Amino acid sequence: MLGPLSTPVKSDFVEIGDVKIEIERRGKGAPLLLLPGEDGLEVEAPFLERLARTREVILFWPPGFGRSNRPDWITNMDDVAYIYLDVMARLGLDNIPVVGCSLGGWIAAEMATKNDARFSHLAMVGAYGVKIGGPTDRDIADIWALHPDKVASLKWRDRENGKRDLSKRPDDELYVIARNIESCARLCWSPYMHNPKLAHRLHRIAAKTLLIWGADDGIVATDYAKAYAAMISGAKLSIIADAGHLPHVEQPDAFLNELTAFIS
Amino acid sequence: MDCYYFTEMPYPHIPPHDEISSMRVTLPNRLFDPKLGHQLYNRYLDEYCLADEMGLELMVNEHRSSVVCMDVAAPLSMAILARQTKRARLLILGNSIANRDDPIRIAEEMAMIDCISGGRVECGMVRGVTYEIFAANTNPTMTNERLWEGVDMVKRAWTTHDGDFNYEGRFWHRRNINIWPRPYQQPRPRIWITGSNDRDNIKIIAEQGHVFATFLQPHAKVRALFDLYREHYADNGLPGGLAFMPLVYVADTEEEAMQGADEIAWYMRTKAEPQFRNPPGYVGVEFNIQGLKGAFTGRTDAIRAQGLEYLKDQGVVIAGTPDSVVKQIRRLYDLLGGFDHLLMMMQCGFLSHEKTVKNIEMFSKEVYPQIRGLAPSMNRPWSKAAE
Repeated sequence: MLGPLSTPVKSDFVEIGDVKIEIERRGKGAPLLLLPGEDGLEVEAPFLERLARTREVILFWPPGFGRSNRPDWITNMDDVAYIYLDVMARLGLDNIPVVGCSLGGWIAAEMATKNDARFSHLAMVGAYGVKIGGPTDRDIADIWALHPDKVASLKWRDRENGKRDLSKRPDDELYVIARNIESCARLCWSPYMHNPKLAHRLHRIAAKTLLIWGADDGIVATDYAKAYAAMISGAKLSIIADAGHLPHVEQPDAFLNELTAFIS
Repeated sequence: MDCYYFTEMPYPHIPPHDEISSMRVTLPNRLFDPKLGHQLYNRYLDEYCLADEMGLELMVNEHRSSVVCMDVAAPLSMAILARQTKRARLLILGNSIANRDDPIRIAEEMAMIDCISGGRVECGMVRGVTYEIFAANTNPTMTNERLWEGVDMVKRAWTTHDGDFNYEGRFWHRRNINIWPRPYQQPRPRIWITGSNDRDNIKIIAEQGHVFATFLQPHAKVRALFDLYREHYADNGLPGGLAFMPLVYVADTEEEAMQGADEIAWYMRTKAEPQFRNPPGYVGVEFNIQGLKGAFTGRTDAIRAQGLEYLKDQGVVIAGTPDSVVKQIRRLYDLLGGFDHLLMMMQCGFLSHEKTVKNIEMFSKEVYPQIRGLAPSMNRPWSKAAE
């Protein structure tokens, strides 16, 4: 069962034009940028607590997620990536590892194709973002057209690993969760969970890149990860056993081993 | 009060409900028999023609990928009726404008049908129910915004007569908009817009003088929506109006009428998987907070689960002998603070041609004359706005 972490959080906003991005900081040490997945489960997962023991983990919430605002003109990950690059510059984040999970992995890839000068390393965990197969191939399981039970069974190796008890959460927390769901659809409905241009820009990534994938990911399978990695020069792929779409949540030890070895 | 005949053109010949998970979006179309479909389309159109002959107005609508409704493109059925009928008002409720690729096509289609029919178009514009999101692949988080931008484009296209213009909005960019033909009705056909919970939308509908229509909701809720409309109704020279849809069945005996209504209530028992009932962002965050708590599973489930007597008490079902139906409609009229248009789902499910014909005939001959005189609640005729 997931739940709020005990690590102290410092929360702040950075304004880029009319966009207000919520920034969260946890822990002490060399900074690491963590771009959470669309469910935002990272902030309730044990791996984050452990990562924050040796790192200052900085989280950006995309427009419409967390308490970031969502101006109407923001319609896709291209927009988000440019804003995030501006936020990194504003905060003086330079030569740091960028770790993106699921939707956050897609955003990280978009950022890196535009300008990866501030990236020391790029880690993409169960990332969306590209189309691999033909027009009728469902590369990415359609989370909005499948029964919620089916989505959960595809997402988790063990569904218990992702359970949250929402019945006792205050309304302001539920507001964030409900709005995250809405904002994900706003930005990712069509083209579904990918940017058709991204595959044609991945050659621009020069940062050291590692894809970390759950062996049992039913949302984006490991074949997708292999094809994705093959499009990024020098990218490596690490498969985590007994994990679904969110290996960092389901297998924190194995995940942190891979990540630490990569960024050390 | 004027009364509209309506059938959603169902295709009910599917396996038992407990053997399928969804009657919308994903039910394989191998279950659709084209020969049977041919018969049903023509039967339903015949029934519309009969309703026209009997003095009723006509309403069509559309749904896609659904056994509930074979009318997948309402402008097509409306065009057929424009040619095959001679007198009825032709209400499309509506054009699924939020789910269409180009609102200007709607402006053109309606103008053409208005010319063919000699000015009988009543033009509904709808946001579309949740299921339509999937067939059209519309982003579910902006359907209201698309509705209103689309309505703005259609109104401009209908009423601009001095040459072409360009439109560069949030959702649509079009150049050289200059529709031929223009509508038969001047300055334009009346616009109707539906709603069920969207209070902000109802305010705009009222302020712009469109007809507001709502379907199959308990009378207390309809009254609240109608009162909100009346409160925001601006004295802008446009007529406005209020419309409500119940299921309607008239018969010689109460028992027979309830049996007929129960057949039509097949509509209320259709099912779909939860992800199709509440795509993300179709309703606001506040509704979905209730969903996270387990209290909200889609907007109409609660009413649909109720029995026929409850639905009758709520005004969602109107069924009985002609005198009883007259009383029920008068009661509903009073409960709602008056309204203008009764939209009647008089056929659905397996209700046979013979029973449908009898329903149309009995209503037209024995009920309609007794309620026609109910005063319009918005006492400003559309023709006045056209002057």
